[in-house]
Amino acid sequence: MKFGILVNEGPFTHQASDSAYQFVKAALDKGHEVPRVFFYYDGVYNANKLSAPQADDRNVVKRWSDLATEKNVDLVVCVAAGLRRGIVEDNLMDGFRISGLGQLTEAAMGTDRLVMFGD
Amino acid sequence: MAEYEFDTEGVKKTITFLNRKAPYGTIYALEVLESVLISAAFEQHANIVFVDDGVFQIKKGHDTADLEMKNFLPTYGIIEMEKEDADEDEDMDMNWRIIVEKESMEARGLTPEDFKVEVEVLSSAELADVLATSDAVIGG
Amino acid sequence: MLHTVNKSPFERNSLESCLRLAKKGSAILLLEDGVYAAMGGTTVADKVASAAKDNSVYVLGPDMKARGLAEGQLIDGIKVVDYAGFVDLVADNDGVTPWL
Repeated sequence: MKFGILVNEGPFTHQASDSAYQFVKAALDKGHEVPRVFFYYDGVYNANKLSAPQADDRNVVKRWSDLATEKNVDLVVCVAAGLRRGIVEDNLMDGFRISGLGQLTEAAMGTDRLVMFGD
Repeated sequence: MAEYEFDTEGVKKTITFLNRKAPYGTIYALEVLESVLISAAFEQHANIVFVDDGVFQIKKGHDTADLEMKNFLPTYGIIEMEKEDADEDEDMDMNWRIIVEKESMEARGLTPEDFKVEVEVLSSAELADVLATSDAVIGG
Repeated sequence: MLHTVNKSPFERNSLESCLRLAKKGSAILLLEDGVYAAMGGTTVADKVASAAKDNSVYVLGPDMKARGLAEGQLIDGIKVVDYAGFVDLVADNDGVTPWL
């Protein structure tokens, strides 16, 4: 099955990004496909390469990045939401790409299930 | 990473945009609205649903001048126009519904006349049936 | 349809709206702060127990454990799932409606 994921909140402040990540990991472990994770609203902050959390806690941004490089998951940051919040190419973490809101509609159309994580 | 190439040829889904938040206190109302507008280009079926404080999004008379925030109430008018164009165009297979939950509306002392756009007012049971038919739900 | 509720019923009306608008026979998953709704002995327990009769109600185990909630405290009829179970719930139902 193909899952599309929508992440509405940034790292740490809300659990949404963690829940989404754990869900994606479990889905991939079960042999499902996760063709796209779309980051909207404050979710764009998950792509901020300047995030530097404490060493004894999870690195949310890096974790997503590793998922992209290791499992080829397409991580998309909404360009408009990103611009509002200052997430642009200059500070974009590896593995993420910036694109339009149409990529969310496309994910809704092209996957079997859309799962949303937010506040 | 590389863009995933979806094959969406001939796909026709029903996307529900679930609006439950009041406008201006948070950005969700505005950004869901933006996603509705973008989705029009894909000619999918849509339920644009207002539940709980979401009903306040379409209440007439927003005046944001003193807050120096963008007043996006007029944008709901564009949604209504998209819907009307789709309804009138026999060649377009795009069924958009603008729905308000009766219980949410009445709990907040509102009537359909308070809204900027024409809405279908559904009971909770009727709306439950509509929600059960969604292929995908986007909200905030 | 799988409905997800991620906020505490004491903080938000998300659970209440979910229960009002989930068609009977739905699956409902309580996760994140929503797991508090799965515990017996609260002012919402009767409502949730009743919902568990008409729907299949699940609670995400890792979120329960994180918050120090024990399976013994669960309302009758609520089933615990892990993330693999969460994935199965999404796959086995025809869509997901999130109640934030």
